[in-house]
Amino acid sequence: MWIVVISAAVGAYLLKLAGLSVPPKVLERPLIRRAVELIPAALLAALVAVNALTTEGAIVLDFRLAALAAAAIALALRAPFLVVLVVAGGAGALGYVVAG
Amino acid sequence: MTISERRGVVRDGVGLGAAVGLYGVAFGATATAAGLSVWQASVLSLLMFTGASQFALVGVLAAGGGPFAAVGSALLLGTRNSIYGLRLADVLSYRGWRRVAAAHWVIDETTAITARETRPELARLAFVSSGSTLFLFWNLSTVAGALGAQSFGPVLQAALGSVVPAAFLALLWPRLVRGADLLREQRIVALGGAVIALALTPVFAPGLQIIAAALAVLLAIRTGSHEAEAEAGPQVKDPRGDSGGPA
Repeated sequence: MWIVVISAAVGAYLLKLAGLSVPPKVLERPLIRRAVELIPAALLAALVAVNALTTEGAIVLDFRLAALAAAAIALALRAPFLVVLVVAGGAGALGYVVAG
Repeated sequence: MTISERRGVVRDGVGLGAAVGLYGVAFGATATAAGLSVWQASVLSLLMFTGASQFALVGVLAAGGGPFAAVGSALLLGTRNSIYGLRLADVLSYRGWRRVAAAHWVIDETTAITARETRPELARLAFVSSGSTLFLFWNLSTVAGALGAQSFGPVLQAALGSVVPAAFLALLWPRLVRGADLLREQRIVALGGAVIALALTPVFAPGLQIIAAALAVLLAIRTGSHEAEAEAGPQVKDPRGDSGGPA
């Protein structure tokens, strides 16, 4: 686990330093910039789906789905980040108690 | 450059840093739930210090992913900081050891608040005030969250398990609502990413499906690459937007 922690930290730092140091041309190519702008949407949506709907390689619908729906409603109502997390946690705990 | 200008810049920087830094509580709690020790969660916040990547790392580990997938997802998300660096390099114009030190604080929030300033003195003030405050609060709140989560029972663990996807949804949200850059493309790519990840979940080793989801970007690049030529520069979200998230 420590190797994961350290290598991720070093890699993340080098990516930051690269931006401050390299000649702008490399990353300013429109195609690359567009990919960098869009990659987070793909990864974050994948992380939402996998963490909300799967357990050990199978699709599982449980209390996390209720929590995600509650979070979406909170976000639509423009709740701040921490409020969204508290709402999701509350809905998840409630769903867990009721269902399980 | 007047005293009141400098004060205003520092006030904004410190305010942003303190507010966003508190989200470290959520990261600390999530990290320990994913099996990291309090020390490991703290070292991540200290040395990695880029929230979305940190959440991705522990999110993949929580889903049973291996080390390669976890680090890969985190670093793919971290590429965005390279673009931020490009944007800030000119206005900060740090050289030598200052550049090496400053790089650590080049993240979403510090970039957004620094890029508002056109004069180097004020830009540096914005960068240092937001970066130092955010760094301090993010690390302290990570420890608090990690220690707190260790004493959780099953119901609170369920709550924590529900918070993880919600955190990713909150990070994703500003990209999908009106006012976002490349709104249509962001929505297509997000949907594609989720579908790819779910479809590959039974087939791939845990975590690899997250990296594969990055291929959803191809859905938008092929259709609209001519639009990209017209963009003025790396777009940065307003730090005062209604949908703040971790660094």
